[in-house]
Amino acid sequence: MTDLRETAAKPAPRRQRGKARPVKPGEIYGVPGQGDTHWLSIAAIIGFFFIWWFVTHMGWVKPLFVPSPQAVLKKFFDVLQNGFTNIPFWEHMAVSTARVFGAFLLACLIGIPLGLAMGMNPVVRGIFDPLIEFYRPIPPLAYLPLMIIWFGIGETSKVLLIFLSVLAPVTLGARSGVKSAAIEQIHAAYSFGATRWQVLWQVIFPSALPEILTAMRIGVGFGWTTLVAAEMVAATEGLGFMVLTASQFLQTSTVIMGIFVIAAIAYGFDMLMRWLERRIVPWKGRM
Amino acid sequence: MALHIDQASVIFPAADRQSPTEALRGIDLTIDSGDFVVALGASGCGKSTLLNLIAGFLQPTTGRILLDGSPVTGPGADRSVVFQKHALMPWLNVVDNVAFGLKLQGVPEAARHKVADRFIDLLGLKDFRTAPVYKLSGGMQQRVGIARALTCDPKVLLMDEPLGALDALTRERAQELILNIWDTTHKAVFFITHSVEEALFMGTKLIVMSPRPGRVTHRFDLPFSRRFLAGESARHVKASAEFIALREKVLGIIFADEEAAA
Ligand SMILES: Nc1ncnc2c1ncn2[C@@H]1O[C@H](COP(=O)(O)OP(=O)(O)OP(=O)(O)O)[C@@H](O)[C@H]1O
Ligand SMILES: [Mg+2]
Repeated sequence: MTDLRETAAKPAPRRQRGKARPVKPGEIYGVPGQGDTHWLSIAAIIGFFFIWWFVTHMGWVKPLFVPSPQAVLKKFFDVLQNGFTNIPFWEHMAVSTARVFGAFLLACLIGIPLGLAMGMNPVVRGIFDPLIEFYRPIPPLAYLPLMIIWFGIGETSKVLLIFLSVLAPVTLGARSGVKSAAIEQIHAAYSFGATRWQVLWQVIFPSALPEILTAMRIGVGFGWTTLVAAEMVAATEGLGFMVLTASQFLQTSTVIMGIFVIAAIAYGFDMLMRWLERRIVPWKGRM
Repeated sequence: MALHIDQASVIFPAADRQSPTEALRGIDLTIDSGDFVVALGASGCGKSTLLNLIAGFLQPTTGRILLDGSPVTGPGADRSVVFQKHALMPWLNVVDNVAFGLKLQGVPEAARHKVADRFIDLLGLKDFRTAPVYKLSGGMQQRVGIARALTCDPKVLLMDEPLGALDALTRERAQELILNIWDTTHKAVFFITHSVEEALFMGTKLIVMSPRPGRVTHRFDLPFSRRFLAGESARHVKASAEFIALREKVLGIIFADEEAAA
């Protein structure tokens, strides 16, 4: 009896140790990582800039190492107006974006069908699996010299280098996406008289879409990572070229500014992909 | 149309460090059009495996499956399946899921939606016609699966616990609906259930199966669904002395099986 009264007298329902947090209305209990993070993220960003500003403001590090946020912003507007190495800023941006997205589109056009074919067909898998697994872990910088020897110092070797770095994740994503379709879904299609081709396009491909979209997001990230390496050799324009050149002249503020611009473009594109994901595969993880 | 299963057995090869599973041994079964064959049995006795054999998803290790005299080598549009586990397409809404089979067969959109709408109405899904299937309850998803199998007007309807997730009232309605469709179309039906009452009420033939190895241990011919279709009320049929006597008998068999297994 006393036990009962004691529990009844407890104030608000306490969270039990080791249990998930109780949910708000409209949420589902136990969904991993559930909860809004907007305010926390904004606070973290403000905090980061504040510390940066504070450290430089107090003169604790030399501007050569870490210029102040204002200096970087000033540099940004300066380059925006006057260009960098006599080339307008938008041209640097356009050239780099074209290289990354050109290579990215090409990698998707080839990688997605190739990955699907690898997932569907043991012959294709047998041929391409060792090739892709062989070059995938090699850093692009290591085969950059080869690209230059084979394809010269023009646009081809730059785009090809980025293309290769995007191709592997996209292909592997599409390949493992083939396994997403439940065997019952495939059987259902066949028992309606579907052909193999119909099963591929109407069951397996849609099931694989969530993984393909994720792989595309990862892939384009690899593309930006490789951009600077691609623009290391004989480039005369581009964001990577800008960052590298600026670093040679110890213009740290330009380096940091370039990094932020690359990050902003990549982030914007990732936002677009996430939006697409919500539009195209709203059922992801829900069935 | 006749389906013959002739001394069929299925042995699943051993996975690492386990012995092979003899899922079915020596199954003999004939299903003619107009037959409603119900399979009952403890979990793991091979009911789904038998259904997969008929559907053509599995090949028997020994024995034969003959459809109109020729061996079944794979799935086909003459045999539709309602699956035990989810097999809907989450990227399609309800009507497109129901019309999925017709789409694969090349029926134009307007025509296939017309057929689909008929079965959507019959299964009480009218209000959810354009809802995405991943937002439906388990019971509604099952009804979408049944509607999808019916749209293609197959000769053989294979159903693996199709009513398991339905509430009592909807379940009884669905039972009556399936019986009516079966009666008017003279399909051959193979129906798996865990409910003895459902089995007795719906079937014309009942097979009771036992596990390890999966085999048919008892067969009964059932009169109850015909009595219902002749106009007797479902509740009256289920309350009749013959029905109750047979139900107790079958329950006894199944409990004995489960005790032997435990
Ligand atoms: N793909 C498979 N590989 C290996 N063993 C399998 C496979 N499918 C089924 N089995 C085995 O065959 C036996 C029969 O399985 P089955 O799914 O036919 O049972 P069931 O009667 O449908 O059971 P339930 O009522 O639980 O659905 C089980 O022992 C199961 O472990
Ligand atoms: Mg089963």
